Amino acid sequence: MDGAAPPEAGPRALIDSLRHGDEIAHIITLTFAAGILLITSLLVYELWVNSHLSRAKFGWGFFWTRVWDPNFDNFGAAPFIYGTLVTSIVSLAIAVPLGLAAAIFLSELAPRKLSDTISFLIDLLAAVPSVIYGLLGIFIVVPLMRTTIGPMLIGSLGHVPIIGQFFKGPNYGVGFLTAGIVLAIMVVPFIISVSREVLLTVPREQREAALSLGATRWEATWKVVVPWARSGILGSVFLALARALGETMAVTMVIGNDPKIAASLFAPGYTIAAVIANEFTEATGDLYLSALIELGLVLFLLTFILNGLARLLIIATERGGGHPS
Amino acid sequence: MRKMLVVLSLLLAAASTAGAQSNPLLLNAAGATFPYPIYSKWFDVYHTAHPNIQINYQSIGSGGGIRQLLAGTVDFGASDGPMSDDQLAQSKVKILHFPTVLGAVIPTYNVPGVSTGLNFTQKAIAGIYLGTITKWNDPEIANANKGVTLPNTDIVVVHRSDGSGTSYIFTDFLSKVSDDWKNKVGKGTSVNWPVGLGGKGNEGVSGLVKQTPNSIGYVELIYAVQNDIPYGKVQNAAGKFVKADLAGVTAAASSAAKDMPDDFRVSITNAPGATVYPISSFTWLLIPAQIPDAGKRDAIKDFLKWMLVDGQKYNEGLSYAQLPKIVIGKESKAIALIQ
Repeated sequence: MDGAAPPEAGPRALIDSLRHGDEIAHIITLTFAAGILLITSLLVYELWVNSHLSRAKFGWGFFWTRVWDPNFDNFGAAPFIYGTLVTSIVSLAIAVPLGLAAAIFLSELAPRKLSDTISFLIDLLAAVPSVIYGLLGIFIVVPLMRTTIGPMLIGSLGHVPIIGQFFKGPNYGVGFLTAGIVLAIMVVPFIISVSREVLLTVPREQREAALSLGATRWEATWKVVVPWARSGILGSVFLALARALGETMAVTMVIGNDPKIAASLFAPGYTIAAVIANEFTEATGDLYLSALIELGLVLFLLTFILNGLARLLIIATERGGGHPS
Repeated sequence: MRKMLVVLSLLLAAASTAGAQSNPLLLNAAGATFPYPIYSKWFDVYHTAHPNIQINYQSIGSGGGIRQLLAGTVDFGASDGPMSDDQLAQSKVKILHFPTVLGAVIPTYNVPGVSTGLNFTQKAIAGIYLGTITKWNDPEIANANKGVTLPNTDIVVVHRSDGSGTSYIFTDFLSKVSDDWKNKVGKGTSVNWPVGLGGKGNEGVSGLVKQTPNSIGYVELIYAVQNDIPYGKVQNAAGKFVKADLAGVTAAASSAAKDMPDDFRVSITNAPGATVYPISSFTWLLIPAQIPDAGKRDAIKDFLKWMLVDGQKYNEGLSYAQLPKIVIGKESKAIALIQ
């Protein structure tokens, strides 16, 4: 190679690499990835800027003020944060055992054809719009809760010392528990389909090794197969949680829309998404609007934190021996 | 060269004037959802009569309408509640209010064993919604309904969860009849309800009331009439129990018209008079007093004139009450204020 590099070596090399497609692919995918980050940052920026009136007036107190009074310009996020967390926890408490059990059945115990048909139907369920679930809630779950399930739970658990706190009080049919049940119905398909996929990827050798050591069918499943798929299953649970946190229409139809904090699961409540959907269009005052946007920011933070915890949990699980999915 | 310039400029002038005549005029408006059915009917009929004028109305809610008007994105707005002094101060131009139709709010309830209409005193409604009256057989309710056996059950209160003009009218009435309400809660499209479940929309409230025994809620008169929902009588300022109907609502407006301020920003709830239905209200169009575009200004003024005379004929067909003659007269004069 002579010392003076010919001037077209630079452009020639560039044209060559472009022709092979690597550089272009690199640039295009990088642009899209950066685009997503950009959109998210813009979202947070807008939420931050438009909520400055409310942040300036209420400061950190916004997180634990329990009042939501548009007339006297006093706003607090506490009842909504409480409602969002309670409904999501209740929905997971119902959906995770149900979903996991169904996923185990579909992957381990059911004949393949049955398993495929049922999972196809469950995937369809995941695509149903949430308003439909809301209608299901109003017309079926609410009356059932008011006439049958509510009295049954109050009668049996209302007097138990500590748990009884959650099952007391007047039962209107709408409330935290009803919202939790409707949300559980909505998120169970996610848990089932993802967990089933993950369980199906567990290598046969694992099952066979366990069985050959004398484990029963159930012992092999529960003690070997499921722990192998731990991180994938956890991932599906957090996917379900993300949906439950943001669900708006179905929740507002069945939760009672009362911004109060109450221990009883039969009490009416309110969630962040529901109050924003209900009050945003009619909010006329600048502080009112700013408070609603700050609630949006709080929800974003909540989702962010919970997803961060999910990531940490999955990493911890992988370190503990679960197979990364 | 000079000849070409002269010809070109003549052509341009001809083209621009021709263009102005053949282009349709599009007016944008946004605001209240309550009068949306009658507004769409009006804009449609007006367009058929004046094919080159098109009015596009988006029912995004009174709050949205006011905001878009202040931001200048719409030519005029519509609201179920009058703009406050603060809001008016935010506007660069003066905003005029023009009442268009009347609406009313009625109490609907579901009490097992009670099939006749119930009478509600003003204190009763205020007490129920404040949470101080908790049982159906409370003396305040029972004394107004002698001969009806009311059960000793807890009242389940239902209100609107979404911000709405219906809530504004209802809370405005409550603020007038109860000082406690005025001081603790106040009036507004969204308030801090002391008790009760929230239903979304008139459908949400009536759905909850239908499903929940021992409940009471408030819905718009039109909604109740169109869906055949039973409702009770409310006591008016003269002490009479009145069942809401279009005549009673128009009577409320006539009664309040005598002392009406010139800008029409008046609340007609709890108006004096024996036949008046106390929970009634205007809904307004919000028009800027200065409209620079001559075409738009003339179209808006013409529409308002049409609305006050011909438009009112369509009200009753859609279960809206008509404006009383006094108000129509005052508004016709106020149209001249639009420059």
